[in-house]
Amino acid sequence: MKKKICIVNYGCGNTKSIENALKFLGYNAFISNQVKDIKKSTHLILPGVGSFSNAMAKIKLNLNLKIIEKEVFEKNKPILGICVGMQIMSSYGFEFKKTKGLNWIDGSVVKMKNKPNIVPEVGWNNLTIHLKKNKLFEKIDESDYFYFVHSFNFKTLKKKEILASTNYNDKYTSIINKKNIVGVQFHPEKSQSSGLRLLKNFVENFK
Amino acid sequence: MKKKRIIPVFLLNNLQLVQSRNFKCFESIGNPFLSLKRFSEWMVDELIYLNITRVKNSEHEKKEIKNFTKLIQEISKYNFIPITIGGKIKELKQIYNYLENGADKIAINSFAYKKPKFINKAAKEFGSQCIVVSIDVKKIKKEYKVFIDNGSTNTNMNLHTWVDIVQSEGAGEILINSIDRDGSKTGYDFKILEKLKKKIKIPLIFCGGVGHWKDFKKALCRKEIDAVAAANIFHHFDQSDYLAKDYLINQNIKNIRPPKFFDLK
Repeated sequence: MKKKICIVNYGCGNTKSIENALKFLGYNAFISNQVKDIKKSTHLILPGVGSFSNAMAKIKLNLNLKIIEKEVFEKNKPILGICVGMQIMSSYGFEFKKTKGLNWIDGSVVKMKNKPNIVPEVGWNNLTIHLKKNKLFEKIDESDYFYFVHSFNFKTLKKKEILASTNYNDKYTSIINKKNIVGVQFHPEKSQSSGLRLLKNFVENFK
Repeated sequence: MKKKRIIPVFLLNNLQLVQSRNFKCFESIGNPFLSLKRFSEWMVDELIYLNITRVKNSEHEKKEIKNFTKLIQEISKYNFIPITIGGKIKELKQIYNYLENGADKIAINSFAYKKPKFINKAAKEFGSQCIVVSIDVKKIKKEYKVFIDNGSTNTNMNLHTWVDIVQSEGAGEILINSIDRDGSKTGYDFKILEKLKKKIKIPLIFCGGVGHWKDFKKALCRKEIDAVAAANIFHHFDQSDYLAKDYLINQNIKNIRPPKFFDLK
């Protein structure tokens, strides 16, 4: 089946960069918040930049969450959350104030430890991969670099759902996965060949 | 381990890539697209684009911003690199427009000084991570003073005072550029950092004066510097980013990302 990727547009995120990356890989990608586009897609991408509370406020304003949850939980459509898009998949966020998340994956989003290195973490970092045989890691290993920009981390007690972690002042979750839901703390669309490969693995290997 | 970034700066005057000296003389050095392609092939860490065109009137400025937006649009189509855009930023709408077209971060300079609350407004709207405050400094009687309007106006404010304000308004990064060293090839002016060392709480990008790759080496060893930037030197050689990193790796610098060719795997 031909892949159709909907980059969910709720007014918060670098949607254009993600679309460019997917188009470069040869996929049919589109930016939309329309029910018909969300329904017809084979894959969803949930972007996000800025703060947790702002992202949640905008999502409530601009998206029909019931439709998305139906696609994700009843039709098992693969969804990839990027950066704040990953963070809001958690139960709670603590940026500015305690805010309820989408509660798709157990966990909370908390401020990074700010010693010895300054926060935010901005730049290229590696992954420690905990589940090497996961299909997200085809041709990706611990020597690959990804681009991170963040001050908050996804914390969860469910170790099995942490696919990869990264070190910056502390060990934190850099990739989370529960069934068809994947979240990455870094920006694959800005991580050159490693990031594009990861996007390709998500589209090709998650069905 | 998180790596420190090495960032080529593209100075654009009327959409032409130029080199600058002391913020005054500009010499055209070519087409920004061809140059970008090489950086992209060698997987550069990040790029900064600064629109330094001196606009004549508001009509000219409007046209400039429109053309610049088109340029960003083109850049981001084929390059999957973090990009910072700066120059003539005065409105949230403009920031939104640049981000929408492929920019990741926005550098604000003169307008931030004129309206410090704008830093805060922009950080609240787009997130701190997106707002870089760019500061041009010049040494006047042993003090580092903040200059604005393309380096033409002395604000008389001391750099360390301005850094405090910028941080408290919620900037995500600071880019410091030395006007004295700009285009001089005499290396970074580390004295700038003396009064800043203990103040810096956000990532600092250091720029101005790089004449040899060894200048990067010294800067990368400084704890308070998170990223090193330069303009002219990167546009003088073919594959300059590769050469810089190769030199540094051979010098046993471990906190950078080794050079690698773009390959889709």
